[in-house]
Amino acid sequence: MIKFDHVTHIYTGDREHEIVSLSDINLEIHDGDFIACIGANASGKSTFAKHINGLLVPSEGNVIVDDYNTRDKKSIWEIRKKIGIVFQNPDNQLVATTIEDDVAFGLENIGIEEAEMKRRVAWALDLVGMAELKDSEPHLLSGGQKQRVVIAGALAMHTTYLVLDEPTSMLDPRGRKEVLEIVKKLNKEEDITIIYITHFMSEAAEFKKIIVLDKGRIALQGTPKDIFGRIDLLKELHLETPQITKFARLLSENGLNIPPDILTGEEMIKELCLYI
Amino acid sequence: MKFFRNLTIGQYVHKDSPIHKLDPRIKILTSLLMMILIFLTESWWSFLIIGFFFTVNIWLSKVQIKYVLRGLKPILVLIILTLFIHLFTTPGEVIFQIGVIRMTWEGLSRGMFIAVRLFLLILTTSWLTLTTSPIALTDGIERLLSFFKIIGFPAHEIAMMMTIALRFIPTLMEETEKIIKAQMSRGADFESGNILKRMKNMIPIIIPLFINAFHRADELAIAMEARCYRGGEGRTHYRALSFKYLDKVFFMIISFTIALIIIINVV
Amino acid sequence: MFIYLENASYTYNLNMPFETKALDSINLSIDRGEFIGIIGHTGCGKTTLLQLLNGLLEPTIGHVFIDGVDIHQNKKGLKEIRKKIGLTFQYPENQLFEESIYKEIAFGPRNLGITDDLLDERVKKAMKMVELDYNQYKDRSPFELSGGEMRRVAIASVLAIDPEIIILDEPTASLDPQSHASFLTLIKNLYQKYHKTMILVSHNMDVIAELAQRVLVMEKGKIIMDSTPRNIFQESVEQLEKIGLELPQVTYVMHRLKQMGKEVNSGVLTIEEAKEEIFSILKVKKSNNEIF
Repeated sequence: MIKFDHVTHIYTGDREHEIVSLSDINLEIHDGDFIACIGANASGKSTFAKHINGLLVPSEGNVIVDDYNTRDKKSIWEIRKKIGIVFQNPDNQLVATTIEDDVAFGLENIGIEEAEMKRRVAWALDLVGMAELKDSEPHLLSGGQKQRVVIAGALAMHTTYLVLDEPTSMLDPRGRKEVLEIVKKLNKEEDITIIYITHFMSEAAEFKKIIVLDKGRIALQGTPKDIFGRIDLLKELHLETPQITKFARLLSENGLNIPPDILTGEEMIKELCLYI
Repeated sequence: MKFFRNLTIGQYVHKDSPIHKLDPRIKILTSLLMMILIFLTESWWSFLIIGFFFTVNIWLSKVQIKYVLRGLKPILVLIILTLFIHLFTTPGEVIFQIGVIRMTWEGLSRGMFIAVRLFLLILTTSWLTLTTSPIALTDGIERLLSFFKIIGFPAHEIAMMMTIALRFIPTLMEETEKIIKAQMSRGADFESGNILKRMKNMIPIIIPLFINAFHRADELAIAMEARCYRGGEGRTHYRALSFKYLDKVFFMIISFTIALIIIINVV
Repeated sequence: MFIYLENASYTYNLNMPFETKALDSINLSIDRGEFIGIIGHTGCGKTTLLQLLNGLLEPTIGHVFIDGVDIHQNKKGLKEIRKKIGLTFQYPENQLFEESIYKEIAFGPRNLGITDDLLDERVKKAMKMVELDYNQYKDRSPFELSGGEMRRVAIASVLAIDPEIIILDEPTASLDPQSHASFLTLIKNLYQKYHKTMILVSHNMDVIAELAQRVLVMEKGKIIMDSTPRNIFQESVEQLEKIGLELPQVTYVMHRLKQMGKEVNSGVLTIEEAKEEIFSILKVKKSNNEIF
């Protein structure tokens, strides 16, 4: 379990004024959770992500990962073993000159034996469907493939939580689908807890729970239907609603009796079939 | 103009051969020793032995000769130049003379000798880089340098820097090309003007390139930290190096060859 | 005809082991005043095509004509060509380098020999087109802006050349939803208010459906479809699905309903249109029911 206990983060940085990027966040993330996190620019999403594995430590409050406090310098590597993190730009996360060496990078860092390392690398690459390209050089891969390699690098560490900070925003639709499919599979089959930050509302709609951040605070949390049902509030928070939900709302406002919180095309088709 | 699309890192040619399978450490050491010998020796016999040694080696490695020749190309001018300089500046028995320019037998022999020396030096490095992948090379260097760790030599850090440089060269090349094109689309001209003007024209390429590179470095550092990177201490290696039978055989051969060359030079 | 590509092919690394054909015998004509959307997977040749249009690449086979002139006959003329055709690449903010936004935007026109008052005018106009306030922004460093603002500056720096045609390669890639929406308005304005000929490359079908008047679908270096968005998203659905491209979301819903045997017109592109369609069907049904 990951617990945010009254977490506030203030950037002091190089500028004169301080920026509050997280303010009094209280949150519990349970094992096996499948959570999306959305929010406008500068809502604190990335700061939130970096707090989970101690890349940033709170100015006030505590982040607890399975009994370890991220403030505690001694346990920080234990925490980072448990929490894999995937960032936005796939190019800037791959370190080694071949795919398998990159997946092994984290394992080398924590001193895993060679034989065990070989086993884990093969297993992780297989899980993300990149086994065939293990000898390939990173710059020859597509964006989606690169992100899958980054995910494999985390999996090889036997991570229990996977934090993804806008992993698809630089990818094409094909790459986006690849990454989302993998993430779903990992949650379902490997029981890995997922925290997925995105600005694609259609992606967020596929998660079990959504957290909406606004100006460093948790503005809303709930199921996708709870969240996207509140179009006006989302607009206030400078967030979009999935196109299909807008359509459902438009129809229901004009007198058609269908639920205004439809999220996917398939649901919409089912509803419309009742009338035409 | 997209030159770099399929550029592979380094000039490594992947083949399944005994030379490729050799421990990189032994190959690096062999190259180093051979280069020292090539520099020091004054005997044609040594060159003959070294030449023979690498010819057999390259033949065993199954790397086509055209790749070896490609490596020689950029240095060819230098070889010819040295040959000519020696040919005309060494005093001795004159072959022919036109005005002040004269060619001597000593010059010819000296020039040839230096040319062959340069040729063999290039052949040695080509042999190493053609048959050893960049990863194996950095691994080998790190392991060799770790002898000097005791005196505080940053072996791991240097190897890591080499790895990251190798990893990002293609990415940065692609980026450079994109920036050049983008600035050309804004009417920038990189082809006309004198040297000074051309240098000035490079600013719109260099500044964005640096800014992006710093940005990348920053993100990469964070990603590495998140993946538990904390320097070389306690680190294991995915590609463990160990001396196998083949390495031992090669070790015997190389020792024998080197001994032979030394004997020739001493006698 | 403004731009005309005649049988143009482009091969990267010609005569090398890694030779790859990026464009294959493209014939394409573009008129002034068009709004063209280009869709296709990464690697289908879109970006190569764009670079052919403003002379950054020369076709290995074939010709590119702009206003009737073969642009590669006279290399000196290429600068003139780039004056007419403004191209911005993906993530254009990566090319910024000047210390102030004014200087950044003035870089293009300055390269073309424009100075003094005329230069000021160009910069002001370009900033207005991307909705950045001149007085508030001109002296600021482009590097302290937000991602969306940086991109505006980068686009303004191309607009300042005053091109007749604007080519945008994925202008909204990795923007947050709010900037995304405001960029769409900006692009719409460039076309409607400033009467630029537009070519827009996007992976976002909803954007293409909403903005473009003509859509080119590219696959493996060829233009395989060239028609109105309505036609493409209505009649060529099977083909689109075959190459793995998505439909705009509402179009997809209507299309599936039609597949299920419902009598709907699947040629709708926006939710407004879809709403009209649904209600008109309901009305017909209702009146039919009243008759029987």
